[in-house]
Amino acid sequence: MNAPNIEYGILGPILIVLAAALIGVLIEAFVSRRYRYILQTGTAFAAVALAFLQLVLIRQTSSKAAVSSMSIDGVTIVLQGSVLIFGFLGLLLIAERGFQSFTAQAAAIPGSNEEQKALVSGLQQTEVFPLTLFAISGAMLFPAANDLLTLFVSLEVLSLPLYLMAGLSQRRRLLSQEAALKYFLLGAFSSAFFLFGSAFIYGQAGSTTFDGIRKSIVESGGSDQFLLVGLALLTVGLLFKVSAAPFHAWTPDVYQGSPTPVTAFMAAVTKVAAFGAAIRIYYFAVGGLVWSWRPILIAISIVTMAIGTVIAIAQKDIKRVLAYSAIAHSGFLLTGIIALSKDGLNATLIYLFTYGFTTIGTFAIVTLVRDSGGEVSDLNRWAGLGKRSPLVAGTFTLFLLGLAGIPLTSGFVGKFAIFTAAYKSGNISVVVAGVLASAIAAFFYIRIIVMMYFSDPVEDGTSVVIPSAMTVATIAICAVATLVMGIYPQPVISAINSLAFFAG
Amino acid sequence: MNSLTILGLLPLIGSAALFLLPKGSDLLAKQVALGVSIVVAIAGLGMAFSFNRSATGFQFVEKHQWIPAFGINYALGVDGISLLLILLALVLTPVVIAACWHEAEGGRWSVKNFFGLILILETMIVGVFAATDIFLFYVFFEAMLIPVYFLIGGYGTGEKAAAAVKFLLYSLFGGLLMLASIIGLYVISGNQLQAPTFDVTALSQLSIDPVTQRMLFLGFFIAFAIKAPLWPFHTWLPDAARAATPGTSVLLLGVLDKVGTYGMIRFCLSLFPEASKEFGPTIIVLSLISIFYGAFLAIAQGTSSGDGNIKALISYTSISHFGFITLGIFAFTEQSHSGATLYMINHGFSTAALFLIAGWMISRRKSERISDFGGLQRVTPIMAWLFFIAGMSSLALPGLSSFVSEFLVLVGTFARYPIPAIIGTIGIIFAALYILIPVQRALHGPITPGNENLTDLTLREKVSIAPVIAVIIFFGFYPQPLLDVINPAASATLSALQITGIMGGK
Repeated sequence: MNAPNIEYGILGPILIVLAAALIGVLIEAFVSRRYRYILQTGTAFAAVALAFLQLVLIRQTSSKAAVSSMSIDGVTIVLQGSVLIFGFLGLLLIAERGFQSFTAQAAAIPGSNEEQKALVSGLQQTEVFPLTLFAISGAMLFPAANDLLTLFVSLEVLSLPLYLMAGLSQRRRLLSQEAALKYFLLGAFSSAFFLFGSAFIYGQAGSTTFDGIRKSIVESGGSDQFLLVGLALLTVGLLFKVSAAPFHAWTPDVYQGSPTPVTAFMAAVTKVAAFGAAIRIYYFAVGGLVWSWRPILIAISIVTMAIGTVIAIAQKDIKRVLAYSAIAHSGFLLTGIIALSKDGLNATLIYLFTYGFTTIGTFAIVTLVRDSGGEVSDLNRWAGLGKRSPLVAGTFTLFLLGLAGIPLTSGFVGKFAIFTAAYKSGNISVVVAGVLASAIAAFFYIRIIVMMYFSDPVEDGTSVVIPSAMTVATIAICAVATLVMGIYPQPVISAINSLAFFAG
Repeated sequence: MNSLTILGLLPLIGSAALFLLPKGSDLLAKQVALGVSIVVAIAGLGMAFSFNRSATGFQFVEKHQWIPAFGINYALGVDGISLLLILLALVLTPVVIAACWHEAEGGRWSVKNFFGLILILETMIVGVFAATDIFLFYVFFEAMLIPVYFLIGGYGTGEKAAAAVKFLLYSLFGGLLMLASIIGLYVISGNQLQAPTFDVTALSQLSIDPVTQRMLFLGFFIAFAIKAPLWPFHTWLPDAARAATPGTSVLLLGVLDKVGTYGMIRFCLSLFPEASKEFGPTIIVLSLISIFYGAFLAIAQGTSSGDGNIKALISYTSISHFGFITLGIFAFTEQSHSGATLYMINHGFSTAALFLIAGWMISRRKSERISDFGGLQRVTPIMAWLFFIAGMSSLALPGLSSFVSEFLVLVGTFARYPIPAIIGTIGIIFAALYILIPVQRALHGPITPGNENLTDLTLREKVSIAPVIAVIIFFGFYPQPLLDVINPAASATLSALQITGIMGGK
């Protein structure tokens, strides 16, 4: 038997990041503590940049790779590019040293002497960088996977580092560890569903590749009940990852408990990866079964929008508000999948691309508002921020308007594109639901703006810290992206439209 | 660049200059704002003279691709209706700036920001009336809310933050419904034309099936009814008007709310003629309810002993007036249409006069209660007389501008719907009540203790209100120039509706 042919060139972006992650592990193990931070950040940024460069070089590719277990086509390129950009921005936030977002030693028991010692010594472990790189490589594999097994492996490569990273918070260690455990347990459940579903589909289709599944649906007419059961279980696993209702329960806790830079990274990157994978499955692999999954996804999309927006209103913690906002956005994004058309594909990719910048920017600003003990995420203490630091409040307002989808921000372009696609495909119910949900969502975004501008500041030690260049750069890039793609989105739209095709 | 773009850009540049001014240069900020707005007003009036009054269709047309992927253009153009509404805004902006010279001083933010926001708002207003691409219109329609939100919340009085949020949420909600309809239109245009478009002229050629047309119509109509505001979508208005400064209220009720009625003419009628005719009678009923509802609430403010609020009173009278405007629009006769459009302009000026003078009364008396203004006629005769004139215009006294428009609306409506016209006429009696009661209580009668030493209008205030009063009187006697501009546009709208039978009344 011959060794399978591996296309190193077009798999380059993924391989570069994976290799850098492994180098990061070696650095962590062998290099003296003093040089670790600089080496780790250097490796991470260089790897992401190199991978992006390689991605640009192979942007015209459209073929299957690694014995048909992966598909490197325009859709993959766009999604991997998004993952790399958001990963880079997330890394910038994670590398910020001024705030001590991360615990010095993840293994130390909260409040113990060991933890105190580690804190006092000022030596922080830097395992978060290789973990982030592993997550990025998983997120790049996930939307490229063209095979249920590859999909499962990449899901785990993406998720396992995130479970760990969620528990690394320096402040409120217990909350953070609780979040990590919840995320892990529920994630394990969903993985089981996912795997079980894969088994059913394999049983019916006789193949784990998407091409094989696609072919078998055409041949069998798609009426086999095991196929449907398998698809349902697979859907549960995917919906968990995109935090769609009723599988969203982990999101607020994990978003709140994780160190904020990790939350920013996770919010943008997992959303891109998970929707990227979902779109390949629903559009390519099981597109022939649209009659079976569309009504379910419509219901889930509407419920997700409703839960995300309505429950967000009652939240008092800014990170939880943003978590519910992320859930609502998953509902909006599902409408792009429901559309099942070239427009829907374009719109979903545009939405993901614009959403990532805005959401990373939002969380980046959350890292800035602090008191002596760390971040202040209690909404009431954001009162009067507009008076205290008009620039930060102004930028945050821009991001919130972007999330709310107000015209002239990138969020509106994404929303318009995705609703248009859904309407065009005849699914007017989700458009109406989406519009109503947007109206409700506007309420809690505006409430935060009111808080910042129309309430008087409370003197309780809350202040905006001066960030280092890395956080400033992240916020600036995100703000510019939110504004420019809102006012002049044409270049991005035409780039995505021309790239977004599946390899046949 | 086309003249409309320049007209819209000038205030924006002015506001940018204001924001760049150093702290504490309040006087300079005011002067710059006033100067810019006067230049814009003159430019706008100059442009109006080169407007071809006999032609129909859009003039000063400009079109550039904006987002070709979605067929979105930056397309501007004006017909008679939008031209006059833009002029209304351009004339009222310097008036407001001059009249509200000290209004921003107690605000949460600096004075220069207040005037900067007003200039941004002016840009948005020009844009919203000049846009001939529905997407562009929607963008201005929504973006316009942001400066108003900050004007109310940052410089208002009382429950200002709550009022600002209520205003914003109501408008956003309506706007989002409209967005759904816009998407629907866009998709239909993609199916029927070679390429999907947002161009309002092209969209009015579509043939849409009745059920879809009804749904899309409602999306637009509810957005505009909230903006206008029409009963039962009006509840945000009294709060907003009570909380906003008088200058903001002038722009809000006098100009911004006209986007609602303008949108009904421009979009509801021309895009969905069948649905408009179908819903016409229902909307006429809503209009009548608005006329009486607004009037009764205004009378209640005027007669309540003690806490009748003068700003609330004026805002309720506006609900009544907007009832007349929508009545005229949905009566579908040429006279009622011309009357409704003229009404929008006249209401803008008479409400501006009422709010500005009421604002001066409030700032002198440090109270908004009507019962506190007793005897102003003797203490401050000029202010009292001007309020009286503005009030008379509001109740449509013959010889003042509102009379012509109200008359045209009622006569035009009578030709098609006699009974609603008669009922509407009864509304005029209540209009007399809601104006005369506060005039009697506030201006005449014994001097309320505390009013003895109030000062009359200053030179700045007199000069700033003079153009408004002049317009009210001039167009009361000679409305023909306005009607010459309005009539071609009004008949073009109606001919698009293909209404046969009683063209132009009897």
